[in-house]
Amino acid sequence: MKQFLIFVKKEFLHIWRDKRTLFILFGMPITQIMLFGFALSNEVKNAKIGIWDQAGNQASKQIIAKLDASRYFDLVKLIHSNQEVNASLRSSEVNAVLVIPASTSQQKINGLAKMQFIADASDPNTATTLKNYALSILSPEFQPETGSPSIQTSVRMFFNPQLKGAFNFVPGVMAMILLLVSTMMTSISIVREKELGTMELMLVSPLKPILVIIAKAVPYFFLSMVNVISILVLSVWALDLPIRGNLFLLLSESMLFTITALCLGLLISTITASQQIAMLISLVGMFLPTLMLSGFMFPIENLPPPLKVVSNIVPAKWYFLIVKNVMIKGSGFVDVWKETAILGLMTLAFLGITVKKFKIRLA
Amino acid sequence: MKSDNAIIATNLSKHFGEFKAVDQISFEVKPGEVFGFLGANGAGKTTAMKMLIGLSTPSAGSATIAGFDVYKETESIKKNIGYMSQRFSLYEDLTVRENLRFYGGIYALTRKAIQEKSEEVLHRLGMWNVANNLVSSLPLGWKQKLAFTSALLHNPQIVFLDEPTGGVDPVTRREFWELIYEAADRGTTIFVTTHYMDEAEYCDRISMMVDGKIKALDTPTGLKNQFGAKDMDQVFLALARSATRNAD
Repeated sequence: MKQFLIFVKKEFLHIWRDKRTLFILFGMPITQIMLFGFALSNEVKNAKIGIWDQAGNQASKQIIAKLDASRYFDLVKLIHSNQEVNASLRSSEVNAVLVIPASTSQQKINGLAKMQFIADASDPNTATTLKNYALSILSPEFQPETGSPSIQTSVRMFFNPQLKGAFNFVPGVMAMILLLVSTMMTSISIVREKELGTMELMLVSPLKPILVIIAKAVPYFFLSMVNVISILVLSVWALDLPIRGNLFLLLSESMLFTITALCLGLLISTITASQQIAMLISLVGMFLPTLMLSGFMFPIENLPPPLKVVSNIVPAKWYFLIVKNVMIKGSGFVDVWKETAILGLMTLAFLGITVKKFKIRLA
Repeated sequence: MKSDNAIIATNLSKHFGEFKAVDQISFEVKPGEVFGFLGANGAGKTTAMKMLIGLSTPSAGSATIAGFDVYKETESIKKNIGYMSQRFSLYEDLTVRENLRFYGGIYALTRKAIQEKSEEVLHRLGMWNVANNLVSSLPLGWKQKLAFTSALLHNPQIVFLDEPTGGVDPVTRREFWELIYEAADRGTTIFVTTHYMDEAEYCDRISMMVDGKIKALDTPTGLKNQFGAKDMDQVFLALARSATRNAD
């Protein structure tokens, strides 16, 4: 045990002395949260909209005023012809055009009104978002005041009524950072010892090989926890994100995922011999799938079936789900036990392979 | 079972498939002896050494290190040997003292023992004033000497040195060998591989490996007589030329 502590202390010294890496380790989560929180956003604000008001009556004026008043749309152009619609969209003068047909009247609005919303879908996400905004702004207009039997759909956005992007990316950033710190840094630090030849020295010493490996992982576990906490603190204070579920559960799940990521790092370190390869595997093999297949960037439902299957073996997918459920929806353990079990099994599998590989290498 | 010899190898072999990296080598090393383990690159020295220090399991044959069996008692072997690899093996980003503390620590020395040993070593090497400097700031020769002394920190019975003086200038090499002699005088057995033939002359006895086999084993003088050579260079060349295996 004493030997183990001495080893862990040495690892901390390595990390502490390497100021650049230290800076990246702690700077990265803060920068990412700030970037995603304030700079990169998939919320659309002040979209330029053109209106072709064919009705030109009281009712249409009311609709226009309502759109213009919202912070999502800026009325930049009044359009008078089909050609103009095309031209303004093509020149990106406007992002969307609303056509209010001549038949629109107060009565129609209260009954059944048809309007056309034309959006520039060269960026499909923005177009969809704009459509949804327009719908939600205008839909009260369509609600009949006197009980007429038209079908209504009332939409309520649960858990995230303002449709804040932060609700999605904070769990994503957490998964990314944990994976980066735990998997990449651990594998690199073990492979570094192999490259330096000090690993050989450890193996010749009475220190148990598995202890060497675990001692390597311990400091990164602590660093990851510091990162988790700093991300959560930033999310709550700077981005006004709620933690609706149990904080203790959230932290425990984060620990589990960190251990999964550490085991993955250990596994990588046993199959590689150079720091570059370890880094490449961690980045290409771990980081990209996390980004693309965890549901963070692209909804899993939208993936083609083969990729949907592949996404199941991406650990980050399960962690992402857990964090989203616990943090945003306030789910308890009963709601996420399945994901937790999957992560647990993955961890055991990685650990098993690592121990086996490590023994083979020693033979 | 305690034996009188520090190292006994009998028909020790390591095969990788068809390839016999080490082919039935047998030798004995007496306590306190400086034993030179020579051979061209690819002759099988490192593989042989790895079997002796418990990093690799032999395919056949037997060996005991400090009286412990290489198959069954690797844990006891590890406690009784020191090892210095050809690659420089101290941590550059730790200070001299931290390195000593670490190596003492993994051999489970007490805090007090480490403290005393460190002071002694630092004084002996004249590195007192750089004790708190990072190892990366030291000249290579100093690092090598420090690596050697940290391999001896836990008073091992046998110390294995794998090309310890690679890339070191002749003066420092000389000083390094003085450290080796000091250790041998204190009763430590030294098992050393080297490519420098002048160093081979410093050894009590030398074995020459060619193509996985030990082709010659004697004192430097004995070998020179046997091959009618005037120095070890010629002995080495005479033996190494008979090799059929390519260096890796």
